[in-house]
Amino acid sequence: MELRKSYFADERKEDLHEVGQPRPRSDALGHVTGSTTFFADRNIPGLLHLKMVRSPHHHARILSVDTSEAVKHPGVVRIVTATDVPHNIYTILTLIQIGPEDEPVLATGKVRWKGEAIVAVLAETERAAQEAAAKVHIDYEVLPAVFSIEEALKPGAPLVNEYHPGNYYHYDSGECRKVRYGDVAEGFRQADHVLEQTYSSSPIEHAATETTGCIVVPERNERFTCYTNTQAMFFTLDNTSIILQMPGHKLHFVGGTVGGGFGGKVDVIVEPIAILSAKLTGRPVSFIYSRHEEMQVSSTRAAEKVVIKDGVMKDGRIVARQVSCYTDAGAYSRHSPYGAQKGAGHFPGPYTIPNVWADCYCVYTNRTPSSAMRGFGVTIADFALEVQMDKLARLIGMDPLEFRFVNAYRDGDIKAHRQATEGAALIEVMQEASRAANWPVADKFYAMSSYKKEP
Amino acid sequence: MSKVPIHFTLNGSEMSEFVEGGATLLSALRDKIGDLSPKGGCHQGTCGACSVIIDGELRLSCLTLAETCNGVDIKTTSGLAKNGVLHPLQRAFADAFATQCGFCTPGMMMASKVLLDHNPNPTREEVVEAISGNICRCTGYEPIIQAVLIAVRANTVNVA
Repeated sequence: MELRKSYFADERKEDLHEVGQPRPRSDALGHVTGSTTFFADRNIPGLLHLKMVRSPHHHARILSVDTSEAVKHPGVVRIVTATDVPHNIYTILTLIQIGPEDEPVLATGKVRWKGEAIVAVLAETERAAQEAAAKVHIDYEVLPAVFSIEEALKPGAPLVNEYHPGNYYHYDSGECRKVRYGDVAEGFRQADHVLEQTYSSSPIEHAATETTGCIVVPERNERFTCYTNTQAMFFTLDNTSIILQMPGHKLHFVGGTVGGGFGGKVDVIVEPIAILSAKLTGRPVSFIYSRHEEMQVSSTRAAEKVVIKDGVMKDGRIVARQVSCYTDAGAYSRHSPYGAQKGAGHFPGPYTIPNVWADCYCVYTNRTPSSAMRGFGVTIADFALEVQMDKLARLIGMDPLEFRFVNAYRDGDIKAHRQATEGAALIEVMQEASRAANWPVADKFYAMSSYKKEP
Repeated sequence: MSKVPIHFTLNGSEMSEFVEGGATLLSALRDKIGDLSPKGGCHQGTCGACSVIIDGELRLSCLTLAETCNGVDIKTTSGLAKNGVLHPLQRAFADAFATQCGFCTPGMMMASKVLLDHNPNPTREEVVEAISGNICRCTGYEPIIQAVLIAVRANTVNVA
């Protein structure tokens, strides 16, 4: 493919030696010879195996936890419960001042999703840990649960998480992240056509081939070495430090090689409890998700619902766009309040529209907590926006690519977020896509440029 | 459970080991022998990351009991390069960007090696079929298919 550099000619130097040149991957020879070291590629004597006792209910009060039989199981070394965790309630994004802390490391009092961790069992073998975990007896009082954004936001819906009244995240801007630009009501009045459509998506599991996990070794100098496949080394280190009330210099994290992440390994889940377990037992500890746990328990991409209402003129100009977007966080925040906010930053998409209104909500349900995954907050938004663009083009009888040329943002356009567009290059990309896909458009669109107006 | 003695060949070297009854070949190779090239991605025979070659056939080491491996010949990716010289498949995977995270790569190597051993000049469809038991979540498979076909061409040139 041809690299067109003219558009950025005044920003790019042409004397670069690495950028634009093919280079071998630094890790390829390790991969093809099977010598790359993933976190589990080490044999550590005396390793204990951690298995988690998890909630079989979507929403329930924990009436009692009885570990007396489990602790007697042959090979069991220690049982860990919520009372062992120094700072049990946490939230990952507290490091960038996004609270409140809303999630327990080990559940106490209540469980809010099916699969929530309650009791950790440490044993000499994986099998013994698994068998003993089955002997932990927990009595529950099952509570009504909510499984969809619509149910969660109904008045009188069961409260999922006490830190989030109304089952939505309370931003400093109120019940949602808001974009207000121009006057959408007036835009709809002027429009030749108005089209409102609803788009929904399901949760998606990243399904990396290597499951989430870590191995922790207590060192003689009272530090803990944690071999982990986290994608977020310092987030994990700092959150572990908070959860365990342990200064950061006691924690030595070793990572770097991740067997597939896609956002599925940025949450802080296995490391704090494994390090605590190593501290409590004085033994090395391995906590590695089974494939079942990876699919059922690890965070997913959020389910989303996007309602888009557009006002469009017969000549193709979109004159108003109103969006309500709902992100299903599941039972706890993790990265979802941030994901929902990213949606607000992204609407109305790469188009210049004079009247824009967007409301982006982060909603809590009794589903598996969702979190980061490849462009979260934006990916589903783009799916909805671009399907809507095709529908609008069909509505006014216009070619869908030409319709995008008419509305594409160009340098100097003021976006709904009151920033001037710079370095858009969208026109140029669509011109090239038109040629590559053999989808011709009218000559006037090939004559366009992202450099919009001459001064 | 009682331990079972087994003897087998691993990448050309004689091995003797006592394994637990019920232990998988994957755990025996990784935890006892120390060959960490087969990976455990699912432990239920669905991802192919643990693939090894037993007596010339592709096998899932996570579903193979170690105690059934007495007297067999086992090959893994760690033994594919000879005296530091990469196998054409290894060269092609590295050169053609057929690896990303690398976790599926040892299994992909084994699956394509068995293909080329049985069929030195496979079609694209035969390559696709050969790696159909191996899951890759990074590449979208196309670079892997291309790498195997590059290795096929390299082999053909070598023979000629």
